[in-house]
Amino acid sequence: MDQQLTVALRDDGSVDPGLDPGLDGETLRFLFRKMVFLRALDEKALNLQRAGRIGFYIGAAGQEASEIGSGFALKPGDWVFPSYRDQGVALLHGYPLSSLIAQLFGNRLDATKGRQMPNHWCDRSRRIVSVSSPVATQLPQAVGAAYAAKMRGEKDAFIAYFGDGGSSTGEFHVAMNFAGVFRTPNVFFCSNNQYAISVPVSRQTATGSIAAKAAAYGFRGIRVDGNDVLAVYRVTLDALELARGGGGPTLIEAVTYRMGAHSTSDDPTRYRSAEEVEAWRKKDPVARFASHLRSLGLLDDAFEETIAEEAREEVRRAVAECESAPPVPPESMVEDVYAEMPWHLSEQREWLRQPGGR
Amino acid sequence: MATMTFVQAIHDALAVEMERDPRVVLLGEDIGKNGGVFRATEGLWARFGPARVIDTPLAEAGIVGMAIGMALNGLRPVAEIQFADFIYPAFDQIVSELAKFRYRSAGQFPAPVVVRTPSGGGIKGGHYHSQSPEAYFIHTAGLKVAMPSTPADGKGMLAAAMRDPDPVIFLEPKALYRTVKGDVPEGDFVVPLGKARSVRSGEDVSLITYGATVHVAEEAAAIAAEEGIGVDVIDLRTLWPLDIDAVVQSVELTGRAVVLHEAPRTCGFGAELAALIQEKAFLHLKAPVQRVTGFDTPFPYALEKLYIPDARRVLDAVRAAMNF
Repeated sequence: MDQQLTVALRDDGSVDPGLDPGLDGETLRFLFRKMVFLRALDEKALNLQRAGRIGFYIGAAGQEASEIGSGFALKPGDWVFPSYRDQGVALLHGYPLSSLIAQLFGNRLDATKGRQMPNHWCDRSRRIVSVSSPVATQLPQAVGAAYAAKMRGEKDAFIAYFGDGGSSTGEFHVAMNFAGVFRTPNVFFCSNNQYAISVPVSRQTATGSIAAKAAAYGFRGIRVDGNDVLAVYRVTLDALELARGGGGPTLIEAVTYRMGAHSTSDDPTRYRSAEEVEAWRKKDPVARFASHLRSLGLLDDAFEETIAEEAREEVRRAVAECESAPPVPPESMVEDVYAEMPWHLSEQREWLRQPGGR
Repeated sequence: MATMTFVQAIHDALAVEMERDPRVVLLGEDIGKNGGVFRATEGLWARFGPARVIDTPLAEAGIVGMAIGMALNGLRPVAEIQFADFIYPAFDQIVSELAKFRYRSAGQFPAPVVVRTPSGGGIKGGHYHSQSPEAYFIHTAGLKVAMPSTPADGKGMLAAAMRDPDPVIFLEPKALYRTVKGDVPEGDFVVPLGKARSVRSGEDVSLITYGATVHVAEEAAAIAAEEGIGVDVIDLRTLWPLDIDAVVQSVELTGRAVVLHEAPRTCGFGAELAALIQEKAFLHLKAPVQRVTGFDTPFPYALEKLYIPDARRVLDAVRAAMNF
């Protein structure tokens, strides 16, 4: 089974008028800046990991259009249930760069006290929910949170991100089924980047289309070109508005490609051919959007270089600010397990406070 | 005061708290129109409506996952897992998600969910309707685990669990649902979590237990008294965090301890109790801590009476402690 791919940005650089979100020049440039920024962040973080300054990183290179296009469609009141590759969405939803960088270092500036490995951030004030390493566990949680809003008559939407691998899990099917039954204001955003670490999407599903699965749960599925920032923005916006208006959930499959490794612990040359990577490189979402902006007269070489340099500088500054913070204090280890610390953790805290207890 | 069965007391807690707090919602399988397979939610669907008493699709991971999301967004969900034996499909949502949300977000995302589930054997349910999974959850940092043994505690502890800021695994000894009756205060009534109950005082042996085996302990203690052995019976009520002071004070008084539970022996909660007793009261001990437990087997259908500790086995352990 296949499903038609929604594409706004045509090969000739023009935009399908039926899908054109009608953004003005400044907004288009803003989206481009964010895509360039995300790539610069990736490059810096990967270098930090290679230099041993952080332990781990999960890159989003190749998926900038999905990240920025969908993240830009969100309203401030919307909730985000991210996966560990959605730093672009988090940044667009207001998550401060300094917080993101501090979380990579897990030091005293990290609002989550160095509890989780990099790429597992959260921010209650911005409705960005804590990331889990097991995939798709956040999907039924997003349904519950959406149910709560619906019950109170609130008009927020709840977007949950996951990958093609996540679509194989029990939690994916459970969440789709619950959302369909309860008609909750959810948007399920699958970044189909073709691989779950080393295993191709053909081993995740026999349907050929993840979006097509929505039909089995009684709601809309949209298959969108995930390297087309305008199309991703448009379909996400439509899905969020549908959700907010009581129209029920949508499953979006953004067809894209993870250009780099799954994580800094992964070597994709073991399972992908150079030809395949090269073929996708030609569909680079940043370059594709750049050529569109050039055709509109919104971008030239000098401006593009300025944007890239500004992005690198902003990331560099944030790293410099965050890296030198002291480590988390040892006794913080036993905090936040419960609202109030029980006796057994108080005992363990006392041990951590002893000079010899470290 | 009203006289209630155990399951009526559970129902009463749910009804009172739903009336008191509009954030409370119930979700699970068959809990709506049907009132739950044990009838714990009977009438609540009609009274509070299907938006707050939610018959879910049949999927435990979905029930707990959805409850987590509800709690993250301001509700006070009470998830019913029809039998504790069916909790394992939700295990990842409980131990990796529910238990960890507060910690991994450094307090930003507390998840105050109550997971209620009928636990233990004694109803001829075979091993898919009789397991005692408490040790898995006690072992998981971030969860509170409670198991009442009387109707009054059933009501008061469930009310406390529903008001607690942390996730609570609330294990209900299903064998007691209709076999035990007792006085239960009407209306708003709370028994704080983390406090043990002195069931009976004695100066010779501490008998530490919880849930359905509290009643076995009482029976054994009565027989021991006839033999001139004073048994101090403690109902832990909340298994974790444990009322360690109640345990240590009792063992310091008696110098002997028997721990009793229905769950399997190896790495069971009794092992932790025995370790804590020897860590904190070693010099008071006159005998090794005795364990009386279920067997290290799957729960057996035909032999459940043999599997579940009875007063005879408890008395053997009490005597062993006395005669060491």
